[in-house]
Amino acid sequence: MQQIVTFVFKNSYRLLFLLLLFLSFILTVQFHSFHRSKVISSANFFTGGVYERVNSISEYLRLKDQNNQLAIENARLKMLLFNVKDSTLAPRLDSIKGVKKVNIIVSKVIHNAYNTHENYLTINSGSAQGIQSDMGVINSAGIIGIIDKTSENYASIISILNVKSQINAKIKKTNHFGSLVWNGKSTGFVQLIDVPRLASVHKGDTIVTGGQSVIFPENIGIGTIDKIYIDNQTNYYTLNVKLFNDMTNLGHVYIIKSKDRDEIINLEKPVNE
Amino acid sequence: MSSAVFVNFARFLLLFIAQIMLFNNINLFGYINPYPYVLFIILYPVNGNKTALLLASFLLGICLDMFCNSGGVHALASIILAYFRPALFRFSFGLSYEYQTVKLNDVLTPERFTFLLLAVAMHHFTLFFLEVFRLNFLWEILLKTFLTTLFTLLLCISIIYIIKPSRR
Repeated sequence: MQQIVTFVFKNSYRLLFLLLLFLSFILTVQFHSFHRSKVISSANFFTGGVYERVNSISEYLRLKDQNNQLAIENARLKMLLFNVKDSTLAPRLDSIKGVKKVNIIVSKVIHNAYNTHENYLTINSGSAQGIQSDMGVINSAGIIGIIDKTSENYASIISILNVKSQINAKIKKTNHFGSLVWNGKSTGFVQLIDVPRLASVHKGDTIVTGGQSVIFPENIGIGTIDKIYIDNQTNYYTLNVKLFNDMTNLGHVYIIKSKDRDEIINLEKPVNE
Repeated sequence: MSSAVFVNFARFLLLFIAQIMLFNNINLFGYINPYPYVLFIILYPVNGNKTALLLASFLLGICLDMFCNSGGVHALASIILAYFRPALFRFSFGLSYEYQTVKLNDVLTPERFTFLLLAVAMHHFTLFFLEVFRLNFLWEILLKTFLTTLFTLLLCISIIYIIKPSRR
């Protein structure tokens, strides 16, 4: 017993090092696994509060860009409004599923990151505003990511510029599905993989969300095809997609809360267990 | 003695604040951020309490991880640097570094530069390796380590020169 005590005292420095090493290694491994730890995340009140302060200053520098974006979006919406040809020809909403399927919560990005392989954003609304994990996040140009962790007033988002994110997407013209991933190289481009060879793809075609999940509704813009590769191993297309969004400059975002969400999740629950 | 504690505490706080508010938002070429917070570990007194340094490095790293959303990456890289600091001292200043009072925040000599370079490179390689955690990105890790080390080194040297304690 005494030998153990003397050993611990003699090597206390080394043991402390090993303990801390072990602790931070666990945290690192946890960070790379799909379910991240809740404590070390920027969605807590302390980091969220600091980022909100910092952002309130840097926000002024981006006001012009943000105004431009909003004006463009307004113009697009006005165009849709004025150009409805005939109200009787307007597409009928699906009356079985209910008219309003989606709720939108507006929020603001207070911390943006795009310099690592696994990027997370922080926004200034959380569970108090009705935000939960796995909700889709978009802005006026296109998709941004998926909610990861929430605290009362803040939430972190897995950006689409994260090698772990995988989002169902399709080619708008032909309805062929694929998975949207990021290879970690450029902030302006993501990759659509596993597109069947039957699909006729052309440079410049639009990629939109697929609507096979409860996270994003269908037909939200993602980007346009920039380059087409054929994967030698699988013989599927891999498409380089140029994003509509400038992920390095984000302001206001919309969080999509599908009203069917709880119902669908409940429905799928017994199947998974 | 208490003034040394105060100086280190102030350095900890200032470097931490500067890191999250300023240096984390630089994004040179889209992805290069310098990490001059390692200066805290580098400039810690040579004969200071080693256990305190280890704990302080861990705390500094874990706080940064919280802000960067990066798990325990900064914490691990920081404690590795803190633990191997004496070995780096021995390598760059010779075996008897503890007896000749090594002062780092002073005019740049080849020994000091070697130490700074090794310390920063070691920290950054550990950091980026753990941050990516995939071997198929090895070249990108090395490139990022190289570029960021240059950037951080430049910043560290300028910071040392700017806030060099005035003597005479």
